[in-house]
Amino acid sequence: MSEVKGTGRVKRGMAEMLKGGVIMDVVNAEQAKIAEDAGAVAVMALERVPADIRAQGGVARMSDPDMIEKIQAAVSIPVMAKARIGHFVEAQVLQSLGVDYIDESEVLTPADYENHIDKWDFTIPFVCGATNLGEALRRINEGAAMIRSKGEAGTGDVSNAMQHMRKIGGEIRRLSSMREDELYVAAKELQAPYELVKEVAQTGKLPVVLFTAGGIATPADAALMMAMGADGVFIGSGIFKSGNPAQRAAACVKATTFWNDAKVVADASRGLGEAMVGINVADLPAPHRLADRGW
Amino acid sequence: MKVGVLALQGDVREHLSALIACGIDPVQVRRPSELAEVDALVLPGGESTTIAQLAEIFGLLEPIRTRISSGMPVYGSCAGMILLADSILDAKEGQKTFGGLDITVRRNAFGRQVDSFESDITFADGSADLIKAVFIRAPWVEQIGPGVKVLASVDAHPVAVRSDHLLATSFHPELTGDHRIHRYFIEEVAKPALEKVK
Repeated sequence: MSEVKGTGRVKRGMAEMLKGGVIMDVVNAEQAKIAEDAGAVAVMALERVPADIRAQGGVARMSDPDMIEKIQAAVSIPVMAKARIGHFVEAQVLQSLGVDYIDESEVLTPADYENHIDKWDFTIPFVCGATNLGEALRRINEGAAMIRSKGEAGTGDVSNAMQHMRKIGGEIRRLSSMREDELYVAAKELQAPYELVKEVAQTGKLPVVLFTAGGIATPADAALMMAMGADGVFIGSGIFKSGNPAQRAAACVKATTFWNDAKVVADASRGLGEAMVGINVADLPAPHRLADRGW
Repeated sequence: MKVGVLALQGDVREHLSALIACGIDPVQVRRPSELAEVDALVLPGGESTTIAQLAEIFGLLEPIRTRISSGMPVYGSCAGMILLADSILDAKEGQKTFGGLDITVRRNAFGRQVDSFESDITFADGSADLIKAVFIRAPWVEQIGPGVKVLASVDAHPVAVRSDHLLATSFHPELTGDHRIHRYFIEEVAKPALEKVK
């Protein structure tokens, strides 16, 4: 009987277990406990939520290992953490800490403007952001075991997440309707490997779990993303930048499970207090848009 | 036989596909009214704390407990095993389970995701063929009560157990495309149990 760790099935399977759930950004152990108590399926440990990274500026990096370990000690659910795009040493550090998933994230300042991390090299699975199907397939080709649409993090404006989910879904539907001999050109246009393009055309879905992220601030936002075909939801600044984090977190969990029951979403939306203030993505000058990072 | 998959959170789709491959036409269960319609239930893999909490909020905790104690066949994988256990170790404070299976389960006993693994193991259903078992932040069974039978083990830790109408595995047969465990649940666990109730 031989045991094999870090297989594709084990990495992708971990993401399957998160489906239908909400993954919440937390910056300390107290927030992590609030998230766990509210029914989060996992927490994302990071130093500053995207809204603060946006407000304070500067270079955003991997979190302090002490802070990650405190969060790991505080909760029993999976703990994820972010590494900078292309920063494989940050990823090695996170793997050595035993985090359950690494987010190679555009929310942090990229370390490499050409290459992403070679994720096949790791035992720990990676989630990566994508704004379209070609980008998603390039990340999967590099070993990503889970994809999330990028949205525009730290804004509370769901319009970019919506745009990315429509784009990814639309491109998948287009592939499914193509003749097989048209897939070679489709792969060229998507700038993605032919084998992955063919697989998506045949199955009508990504080969890994697809979550959504970026700008989700209310239970209705979460339900909207599920209705657009997301397998689950990341909520970053939306919870702990709001008036009543514990209640809003629990409400988003309920709305994610019952996304197609408007009455449950309505009940979950009652009396939540103030949502995060938010920034309209359209008002953000292009150099400040995080979704454009990654390629 | 009408089989439901508890669809509050987790890898519901994979269990639905595995059941369809066994010739079952499964339904999703998220509400008490949907539970009342099914003869047997599958508890999927997922996050046990999340599923337990949603079950309580949406009024499924007590109805599922009642159905289990009145003989409804249930199969749970991973988080599903935790939810079937009478007692759990390394739980979140105050974490509830449906219970019914007289076992003590340790959550994440095999470690974090970095320790998640695949292994070919023997499963005591009378076949000598090994079964591909996928363990993801998996629990193991630490104690079993009378009447609980161990069907598979890894390093002397039970990872598949059965007691009468209840079956639990700490691994995920729904991820492998090998439907032997689901077929075992339908043919050897659920059908005889439902015959008995009749």
